[in-house]
Parts: sequence; C-alpha cells; structure tokens
Amino acid sequence: MKPFKLHRGTVVPLDRANVDTDQIIPKQFLKSVKRTGFGENLFDAWRFNDEGEIGKNPNEREINREFVFNDPRYQDVSILLGRQNFGCGSSREHAVWALLEFGIRCVIAPSFADIFYNNCFKNGLLPIVIKEEIIENLFGIAKDQLALEVEVNLETQSLSIEAMDDIFFEIEPGRKEPLLLGLDDIGMTFMHSDQIREFEVRHRQAMPWIFDHD
Amino acid sequence: MNKTLYDKVWDAHVVGQRSDGTILYIDQHLLHEVTSPQAFEGLRAAGRSPWRLGANLATPDHNVPTQNRAAGIQGIDDPIAREQVMTLDRNCNDFGIRQFDITDRRQGIVHVIGPEQGATLPGTTVVCGDSHTSTHGAFAALALGIGTSEVEHVLATQCLVQVKSQNMRVEVKGGLQQGVYAKDVVLAIIRMLGTGGATGHAIEYTGSAVQSLSMEGRMTVCNMSIEAGARAGLVAFDDVTLGYLKGRPFAPSGDLLEKAEQYWRGLISDPDAEFDRSIELDADKLNPQVSWGTNPELVVDIDDVVPAPDIFDDPAKEETATRALKYMGLEPGTPITELRLDRVFIGSCTNSRIEDLRVAADVVRGRKVSSDLKSAIVVPGSGLVKAEAEQEGLDQIFSDAGFDWRDPGCSMCLAMNADRLYPEERAASTSNRNFEGRQGHLGRTHLVSPATAAASAIAGHLADPREFM
Repeated sequence: MKPFKLHRGTVVPLDRANVDTDQIIPKQFLKSVKRTGFGENLFDAWRFNDEGEIGKNPNEREINREFVFNDPRYQDVSILLGRQNFGCGSSREHAVWALLEFGIRCVIAPSFADIFYNNCFKNGLLPIVIKEEIIENLFGIAKDQLALEVEVNLETQSLSIEAMDDIFFEIEPGRKEPLLLGLDDIGMTFMHSDQIREFEVRHRQAMPWIFDHD
Repeated sequence: MNKTLYDKVWDAHVVGQRSDGTILYIDQHLLHEVTSPQAFEGLRAAGRSPWRLGANLATPDHNVPTQNRAAGIQGIDDPIAREQVMTLDRNCNDFGIRQFDITDRRQGIVHVIGPEQGATLPGTTVVCGDSHTSTHGAFAALALGIGTSEVEHVLATQCLVQVKSQNMRVEVKGGLQQGVYAKDVVLAIIRMLGTGGATGHAIEYTGSAVQSLSMEGRMTVCNMSIEAGARAGLVAFDDVTLGYLKGRPFAPSGDLLEKAEQYWRGLISDPDAEFDRSIELDADKLNPQVSWGTNPELVVDIDDVVPAPDIFDDPAKEETATRALKYMGLEPGTPITELRLDRVFIGSCTNSRIEDLRVAADVVRGRKVSSDLKSAIVVPGSGLVKAEAEQEGLDQIFSDAGFDWRDPGCSMCLAMNADRLYPEERAASTSNRNFEGRQGHLGRTHLVSPATAAASAIAGHLADPREFM
C-alpha cells in the first residue's frame, strides 16, 4: 500500500450529504476484473450528461458543466471536501480505487460510512473526520473565488491553510501507523499466525459443526 | 452476565489484537464475481493460498442474465460481464473453492443461498464482499459486509480486523396488521434512524413483531440494516431459527445438531445487557411504506402524499429532499397512489425468497398486470426458490397475470445485467436501494414490499396492497 505522510493539494467542495458509492462509481464499471481503470468514471453520472459505459471515449462525452468537478477552478484537485455519511451504501472498494486513480488522496467530511472508511485505509486514501462547524467554514472558503489549498500532515494530524490557524484532527493511532508506513495489511495479520492456529483448534473443539463440511 | 447477543458472538471469535483493531476469526465466507477477482489476483501475486478452503462458498449473482440460462456462461451477451463470471469459475477451480456455478440449480443470490443451504449458522461470523451481508444476522450470526482488500485478507488469514461497534436495540412492539410486512418494518426503521443514523452500531432487532416473523421476514429486516448505516443487524436465536435450519445440507444433524442447539440456545442478549442506544417502533400502527426519494430514509406511508422539502428542519436534509424531488420528477402534495409506474420488479436479496413470492402471488392471483406497464418481472432468489415456487404453481399465477418469470440473480436491484430502468422510468421495486441511477441511468425507484409491488403492478400505479386482499 502507498504510504500517506504529507500531502499538499487543491480542495474540491462536493456539497452533498449521503454521497453513496453508487454515485462514486456506478455499477456498469464494476464488471472489470482489474483494480485499475476506474478513475475516468469517477462520479460518472454527475460529471457527464450522457450515460457512461465501459470503453466510451471520455473526449466524446457530454460534460455536465454544473457539476463542481467540471468547474475550471477545481481542476487538478486531490482533496475532496464532503458532507455527512460520505461513502454510504454498497461495499464496493472500486469507489476508493476510482477516487485514488482520479487523483484524490484525502477526503475530509464530518462523518463516513463504516465500510467505505475501512476501505480507504486498505488503499492509502486518508479519510479525515472534522467537526461540522469547521467543515461548514471550509466549504465557505473552498467555494470562494480562489480554490483552497490545504496541506495535510498525517504525522502531526493537522491541516494547514494559508492565513488560518492549523486545524487538528483525530485518527485512531492503530490506523495512523500502518498508513504512515504503508504496511501490508495481510502481512500484519500473518504476524499473528500462531494465535490464529491456536484459536482455530479451540474453536473446532467448541463448535465442531462449523467445520463439518471442510 | 450482561452481554448483548452481538457481544457474545464477537467474544467467541476474538483471536487477538492488532494495533488497529481486533482480529476476529471468520467461520463462513461467501463470494461472488464482482468483488472477488482483484482479491484472488492479490493472492496470486503474493503467492498465498486460502487459509481454510471449506469456509468459502461462491456463486455468480450480480452479473448473470435472468433469461436464456440454458446456455450457461455463453448465454451472457455482455463480454465484460461474461469474463467476470468466467474469472470466478477459474478462480474457484484454481484455488479449490466450492462454487454453485451459473448452471447449478443451487445458484442464486449469495444472501439467499447461504441460509438456504444451512451454510449460515447461528453464532458464527459470516462475511462477504457485499454490504447486504447483514442479511445473515437473522440467524443470530455476526454478518459483515466487507471490501475487496478484506476479501483477500479473509481468504489468506481466515480473519478480519475490526473495531467493535456500539450496541443498538431496535424494539418492534405489537403485531403487524394485514398487508404490512417485514419490508415495511425495516423501511419504517430506516425512516426513523436516517441513512447514517446507525453508523458505528450493530443493531439487534427485538420485540414481539420481530419474534413473530419467519426467518424470511427476519432476513428482510436484517438485510437493510446497512441502509441505516449499521455495521450489522442481528435477531436472537429461537425455535423459528432452529426449525428453518433443520435438514438443510450444510446444517448439522443428529448428535452434532443436539450439541449445536445447546450452544445456540444461549445466543440471546442477557436480560441485563446494556445497549448504547435503544429505539422503539409500534408495529400495530404501521402502514405499508413507500420510498419517494433517492435514499432509503426518504419514506412515507402508502396513503400519504409526496412531502415538501420544508418539512425537514435540517438544511442539509431539505437540500437532499429538493434534489430528490427533482431527480424523481415529483411534485410535493401529490398522493403517492397517483404515481404511475413503468416497471415493477419483485426480487433481490431483500425480497426474493419463497415467502415473498407467495405473498405477491396471493395479491396477483386471478388478476392482470396493468397494460400501462412496460414490464413486470419476478426474479426468484435462487434456483431452489424457483423450483419450490414452480412446484406450488406460483410461476403460473405470475405468468397468467402477465409477469415475466425469470431465472435467479441480483437482476434489477442494481441493473448490472440487462434488467434495468431507462431514463425517467418509474418503478416499484422490492429491492433495497433507491439511489440515483441504481436501477438504471436516471431511473426512478420506489422501494416497497412484495405485496405493495404486486398490487402496484395490477393497478399500474403505486397501490395499497390492503385493497387487493
């Protein structure tokens, strides 16, 4: 996994609550057996007016000028500012892959749906939870004439914005460390292999019916 | 003892601690074609193999067509979808994983076949790369939807790293009136909680109205836990659970069943268990529910009208409602039963089990689907549900009325196959999500129970099933 330490980038304000993963990457793009190729269809039904299909040339698509991602101020963005319950709905990890491939490294929102939040950490996308009032304030600035630049420092758990006090965020220490180091998730669990084996032996004795069809 | 059911199942599966969470042992892993290929690819790249093969059961469901199934994989017209189903075949063969493939009569929606086979057992941990895995919690199991990285992690280690959720109790008191079903109960609960209202929680559904539900009904309720943001939904073990499991292929029998039952009887929350949150719902007063917006909390009673956005105090909700009305092509104040439909879908992991089909068939019997509809389809949840329904003559009732009787799969719930809505078409659907574009680009979904869907198909507009009983 790609580590996340320090990132500086432009913020795109997506002012909608309950953004679900069906919007982040619509179902017709989930047919791929690969981990790549999802970026160009991020928010497909919102970025384009015509219906998206796998293999459709993005240069021949009808662009929805009203959608914030198509606003000239928000090009080359890498930080997404969202509203409550971001990433709700389907468990599709393709949503995280699409965001990353599009160039988004960090999502800032007042709350996230559980599965999406977990999926972020497995891929080096940093989800930052910030209080509603501060989010409101950030939306105000990000929607202003000049696009908002933010420096995200995971080590110090802070967001730096020019001419503003640093904003600090909470993150579970156990989630921060693997992200900073870009640790292999499966490798981390394999360090507990003996424990898993011992548990399995006890579990099989206690509940043999679970293992009856092995 | 003051443990909740969730605490008990959790505690029985703790292997150890990692810095970022608890390592939980996983008893049962269900796989399908959409969220597994990248996980198998990851295993291959790292030279890893599945930890315990027998824990896995796979079936293709999301992408399979619901017609022309005799042709097997070659019957899938879409080459990309076909490759995904073939990839599942290849992965299952290469790694030795049990699969009910597209030609197997036991094939179906993962969340239908797990319980149907008795692979979903009380007190177990069940995971699947699909958010509706919460369905299996109806068996007093801890069932979690996971992402593809976690699918790979479970395959490799037989464990999942989790942070423990808070406990929430949703008590449904009283009893359901005629024409009101499990689907109406869960829609009403999501309406109360909101789509993110149960985030970070595991919900236990209790109360007389839940206890009197069949396993099918309990699965419908648990299935939509995720639509309130819950990590899991559970129902305590009882005689109904045991009765359902007896005789199923993967369920224990004989002495092993007796031993299992002794353990299963303890799968209830202790009388003094503490819940972090509790809410109540009165089933006696519940009417059939219909979603009107673009998330599953935007729900009203069938005899109500399309609401105006200003009923919401929260400006964010008002904004969501305004957007939803525009997307759905609705005017506030319009009676729900005046909304004319283009299509009706009966199916999905929420409502495609035999009981759902029986209820819908009872409404349909001797009647005709409105000629205003472009299509009305019934998609059974599995090959075995289909066979059972046919044995009972339900297929004939549906066909006589003008419904299409299809083969099993996820179908129009998420429209990855050919079954879908076209722009601005309106549907009554027994599925679980009414998100923008969920059932097809610019499609408009109203979530309802099977009885309401059946009544609406006959009427040609959203209709109260009680008028058809």
